[in-house]
Amino acid sequence: MTTSTMTMAKALNEGLRRAMEKNKKVLLMGEDIGKLGGVFRITDGLQKDFGEDRVIDAPLGESGIVGTAVGLAIRGYRTVCEIQFDGFVYPAFDQIVSQVAKLHKRSDGAYTMGLVIRLPFQGGIGAIEHHSESPEAYFAQTAGLRVVSCSTPNDAYWMIQQSIEHDDPIIFCEPKSRYWEKGEVNTDVPPRGLFEAAVLREGTDVTVIAYGGTVKTCRRAADTAALEGTSIEVIDARSVAPLDFETMKVSVEKTGRLVVVQEAPHSASIGSEIISELTQRCFYSMQAPGIVVSGYHVPYPPTRIEEDYRPTVERILDGVDRVIGFGK
Amino acid sequence: MNQEQVIQLLSPEGERVTNPEYTCSLNGEEIFSLYRDMTIIRRICTESTSLQRQGQLALWAPIRGQEAAQIGAGRALAPNDFSFPSYREHGIAWCRGIPPENMLRLFRAVSNGGWDPNKYHHSVPAIVLGNQVLNAVGYAMGIQRDGAEEAAVAFFGDGASSQGDVLESFVWAASFNAPVVFFCQNNQWGISTPSSVQMKVPLYKRAAGFGFPGIRVDGNDVLAVYEVTKHALENARAGGGPTLIEAFTYRMGAHTTSDDPTRYRIDAEVEIWNHRDPIERIKALLVRAYGVKNSQFEDVTTEADEIAMKLRRDVLAMDRPDPITMFDHAYADEHPLIEEGRRELIELGIGGLNR
Repeated sequence: MTTSTMTMAKALNEGLRRAMEKNKKVLLMGEDIGKLGGVFRITDGLQKDFGEDRVIDAPLGESGIVGTAVGLAIRGYRTVCEIQFDGFVYPAFDQIVSQVAKLHKRSDGAYTMGLVIRLPFQGGIGAIEHHSESPEAYFAQTAGLRVVSCSTPNDAYWMIQQSIEHDDPIIFCEPKSRYWEKGEVNTDVPPRGLFEAAVLREGTDVTVIAYGGTVKTCRRAADTAALEGTSIEVIDARSVAPLDFETMKVSVEKTGRLVVVQEAPHSASIGSEIISELTQRCFYSMQAPGIVVSGYHVPYPPTRIEEDYRPTVERILDGVDRVIGFGK
Repeated sequence: MNQEQVIQLLSPEGERVTNPEYTCSLNGEEIFSLYRDMTIIRRICTESTSLQRQGQLALWAPIRGQEAAQIGAGRALAPNDFSFPSYREHGIAWCRGIPPENMLRLFRAVSNGGWDPNKYHHSVPAIVLGNQVLNAVGYAMGIQRDGAEEAAVAFFGDGASSQGDVLESFVWAASFNAPVVFFCQNNQWGISTPSSVQMKVPLYKRAAGFGFPGIRVDGNDVLAVYEVTKHALENARAGGGPTLIEAFTYRMGAHTTSDDPTRYRIDAEVEIWNHRDPIERIKALLVRAYGVKNSQFEDVTTEADEIAMKLRRDVLAMDRPDPITMFDHAYADEHPLIEEGRRELIELGIGGLNR
């Protein structure tokens, strides 16, 4: 077994490199991804090694990046688009929803829209406005798309490769606040399928489900709760659309209590979808209504106060206390 | 129109016009075949309008007046070029060999597409204005990476020219010197919005600002459209980069069968363009210069009628699809929500009955 310790940023870089080595049709396109290596350096060194035709420094237009990636897909290429920040994806929204999501259907399966749209998402880096958003639910709502998110370097390394190999278009959400955190990467075997949730910590009292950057916050919350005698089961959803309800159901049937944690606001969100579906599937096992610990229904706040917006260990534990104390 | 440089090889009266850059490369037989294509597509269009009026189509987007622009451009394409249409490019689809009944599947509302785009090298209709133009540029970037001598063509209209996607397409194509031809049919109207609202400078002149040639061609002159498009395609295939062609034409009919142009434009304007009819002018040339006889024109009319009657039969035979087909090709790979939906329709006895 070959393992090494690296940051999530490096793991994504290595994953992209391996995908490009395996398949010459894999291209990267985005703003400042060549010499600069992207604003987060995810593509560092790749243009030097694979050339300007495969690592394409795009003009500054997100619709252009995604719209041309569609044409490249029709021609048989697999383009990994880098959107510089979550809040800059909206100019590409039309192409993503109208073409990327629908062309396989519209062409009766003749076109394969095998492309990946990488989206550094969520907050926690003290940025200015439009650099800290969680737009995953917009895309999860759209038939034809799939949405995934990695929470560890190992998942980042494998999920980016699995996404590139997949024949459906994938919105790949990267928790930018975790880019520089290190973890073990096993470069021999993928941990699991791309659309499978992972039980990261077993517990008996409450199931806590998260994805992306909030997964680690939930693990910390579980550590703290354990000291107080509360046993939390932590699940990383990994795939936001589709959701792996089978794995989640097994957990909720065991614990009877559910908390979903996300940075996006609660209304019409991934969290509300998880609660709704698991309530139907696990109704007779549940001891309390599931709740969502999330960002508030406001534009992402100035980041001097973002830690009061994002779910913290304290707010997650408060949510856990609420589902445990329900009816008492 | 007259103050601008317009490429024309045939006057509205059907007389040859000489041009320093372009000459007609077609012989009499080939010109007659352009007449045939234009006549057939016009007949397909009138039949489709009738079918819509009779409640057999959900909608139809007529092309009357734009036959020369579409047949001229469509016939200039090489088999391996790839064209990206909007929703009104029936003439291009005809030139690509797509059966007329397939063109109507979208308008019969039994499909969101209608044909296999890879088979005909002609993409499926794009209804959201301008989206397909970026897709064409991306395809052209793929051609470059394959080292192929092919070109992509993006079709759009004067209305779509205001879309950001079209302008981003110009930037991308110029920056990467992509082998793409932008073919804009300026038919003067975006539903009720006149082209004067879309552009203060003639559209073809925009290309200069992006760094590639822009040409205005008389869009009702099939010979000029053919030569200009052929030249632009050859240039793109040879690595010469993009060209913007503005085919200056006129939408003689309504935007679609849901539209009522009498509310926003005057008859006198339509009448002016009536005198520039693209089919009448090529017919005049064929009579005068090539001695084509009336019986030969009548043969084409008969053939066009037969095609229209077959189209009518084919459309009427297009049944409502099995509802279960809505789940086909929504995703390339299996998906739990697709399985769930499919199962529900079967359980309800709504879909999958014939499978």
